Amino acid sequence: MAIVYQKSAGLTDSELHYCPGCNHGIIHKLVAESLVELGLLDDAIGVCPVGCSVFAYNYFSCDMLEAAHGRAPAVATGIKRTHPTQAVFTYQGDGDLASIGAAEIVHAAMRGEKFTTIFVNNAIYGMTGGQMAPTTLIGQRATTCQSGRTVEQAGMPIRMAEMLSTLDGCVYAERVCVTDIANINKAKRAIKKAFEKQMNREGFTFVEVLSTCPTNWGMTPIKAVEWLKENMIPYYPLGVIKDTGAEVK
Amino acid sequence: MKKEIIISGFGGQGGLAIGKNLAEAGMAQGFYVTWAPSYGPEMRGGTANCSVVVSDKPVGSPVFAHPTELIALNAPSLDKFEAGVQPGGMVFVNSDVVTDRVPRADLTAYYIPCSHIAEEIGNPKVSNMVMLGAYVAATGLLKPETIEAMIQAMFTGPKAKLVPLNIEAFRRGMTAIA
Amino acid sequence: MEKELWKGNEAIAEAAIRAGCNCFFGYPITPQSEVPEYMSVHLPEAGGVFVQSESEVAAINMVYGAAGAGMRAMTSSSSPGISLKQEGISYLAGAELPCVIVNCMRGGPGLGTIQPSQGDYFQATRGGGNGDYRTVVLAPSNVQETVDFVQQAFDIADQYRNPVIVVCDGLIGQMMEPIEWHPVPKRNLPPKDWAACGRRDRDHHNVINSLYMDPEECDRHNLHLEEKYAQIQANETRWEAVHCDDAEIVITAYGTPARIALTALETLRAEGIKVGLFRPITLWPFPEKALHELAGAAHVRAFLDVEMSSSGQMLDDVRLAVEGQKPVHYLGHAGGVMPTVEEMVESVKRLEKEVK
Repeated sequence: MAIVYQKSAGLTDSELHYCPGCNHGIIHKLVAESLVELGLLDDAIGVCPVGCSVFAYNYFSCDMLEAAHGRAPAVATGIKRTHPTQAVFTYQGDGDLASIGAAEIVHAAMRGEKFTTIFVNNAIYGMTGGQMAPTTLIGQRATTCQSGRTVEQAGMPIRMAEMLSTLDGCVYAERVCVTDIANINKAKRAIKKAFEKQMNREGFTFVEVLSTCPTNWGMTPIKAVEWLKENMIPYYPLGVIKDTGAEVK
Repeated sequence: MKKEIIISGFGGQGGLAIGKNLAEAGMAQGFYVTWAPSYGPEMRGGTANCSVVVSDKPVGSPVFAHPTELIALNAPSLDKFEAGVQPGGMVFVNSDVVTDRVPRADLTAYYIPCSHIAEEIGNPKVSNMVMLGAYVAATGLLKPETIEAMIQAMFTGPKAKLVPLNIEAFRRGMTAIA
Repeated sequence: MEKELWKGNEAIAEAAIRAGCNCFFGYPITPQSEVPEYMSVHLPEAGGVFVQSESEVAAINMVYGAAGAGMRAMTSSSSPGISLKQEGISYLAGAELPCVIVNCMRGGPGLGTIQPSQGDYFQATRGGGNGDYRTVVLAPSNVQETVDFVQQAFDIADQYRNPVIVVCDGLIGQMMEPIEWHPVPKRNLPPKDWAACGRRDRDHHNVINSLYMDPEECDRHNLHLEEKYAQIQANETRWEAVHCDDAEIVITAYGTPARIALTALETLRAEGIKVGLFRPITLWPFPEKALHELAGAAHVRAFLDVEMSSSGQMLDDVRLAVEGQKPVHYLGHAGGVMPTVEEMVESVKRLEKEVK
């Protein structure tokens, strides 16, 4: 019998702890598959954040470091500068990257650190129980903005991919989602491209993945996918935001 | 034998460098030495001073309130440190910059026109070497050949042409005392 | 061996390079900026990596990454910057990563002053970050020791998989003194087979982590750390006792005040006053047993703790070690004012009269 599908060697046998309908599992799989397909798994060193993906070190089968909240880009800088030929990535959520770790990600991008950041944006703090994130949309409810985020109180949500793309050290920034097969395939192409550009030593590479949080959004997984498409994509448009090696669409 | 020297002047006058030269030469002669600067923003334009110890025993405190010698490159430095100099101590004053006299009778004061001598030689920057020469001649602590060897080692490569100028400044400082 | 005149901060950097430091991550702050400046020029020449980080927070986390990947990593700063590194130091201790951190202490609290101080004793010895952890703390009192200790610090860190802090003060960092480059005694260091540096042909992936969700597992991890700290206490505790054999008054001091005390000792002994100096070289592990025994000696009548701190920080450890056997007095200044020889002499004389 032919094997038509199997779990990526880039993932361990550990059972994922993620909630039903959460997109982290799919995104983990895409990162793992990309590392394997590019022949980078044995050399790869990953850095995981504080947030829902805090246990990612249990799931990726490459060497992993757990960073303090927001500091993954600094940790990755320390690794990549001393291991310049190896594939290094950070896997970070929106509270970790866009809030407490804003300085670290901006300066890693500014310096053109040659690692790849996978930024999972689900517009909320998941692990701590649904508080407002810098990416929470206007009107979106969270436990620290229970009537919905307002501009007066919290300003407008931050678009990290666009912001980082203004820095010359950032050579690639793309926003994707994993709501359906076509988008999953696009997301994987983006992740692989980011790693390829890293290995070409071009500069800092960034893939923002819009993701669902049915638990904290208070929705079924199917409804969460619809909500993402209807609310997140209009504010966080998909596509290549910066690619120094190609025409920007 | 223990010399505790304070060298003080405006930032940029070269007082810290005189101190470093003393420490370097003391070390070359086998003494225990320390050089401790006042540091911070005051180094840029304000009064900067450093404390140098040259001793035949290991140096305990590198800082002290009562120097055996004071080298004052400007008037505020003389004001600030003169009262603390040990009785019987020496005070060296750049008399081109400081017009005040040392009031204490228990101190030996030397007034050296360092800037004037340096200009005569052709470079105002070597006034520190003039002062160093005066100190070496008056205290007899360090040998002139130690200082001259140090000057040789300080200026190498394209800067080697500065050696004769500095040695001349040093010798003029020594004769200014005599 | 030939003596060379070195400025403390530059000597720190050169010592680290000679100790095989692979990478340095730092941020400018007075009075230690000569360390990153020297590193930026000379570490790359030696094949190492220098990065000026965006903050002290980032610097210590770069150290975490490089150390976690098996490198000899270092950062340096001065007091306010060291405060910012505390989060990272806690993580390094939790994840058991070796690294060297130099604190060129200045006066505080807050921005304080740029002049020398010893106000960070609690922070260094108690663990300024969260959780139950210890860092080895070496306290040199001259430039030669600074050079020796920085080199030894890398080995101690590697031997125990633990951060090592070298605390000097602004004066040691800024002053110049002749030094000799001694070879560092070789230690038998364990291989870094735990490093997350790419799994290659390893049959398992390495994980650098300080997170233990299961409380019992976290408890076990803490017990393991405790065992390690006990080993460090047994093996690495260091101190120096000067003229303590017959001393009636014993000055306790570390770093710059300890060397100032040496001059006071000279003056006092010349006058026939029996005074000694007990100088902790490791602030953690503190030489508790040695000091306790000294306090029990019949000839010792009183202690005078001298620090560059307003009300005394090491004083707590001195009192704990003396355990009430003899009175412990204090002399100190904060905010960048150094205790003088004259003050020490006067205090010891007063104390001597009191106890007689």
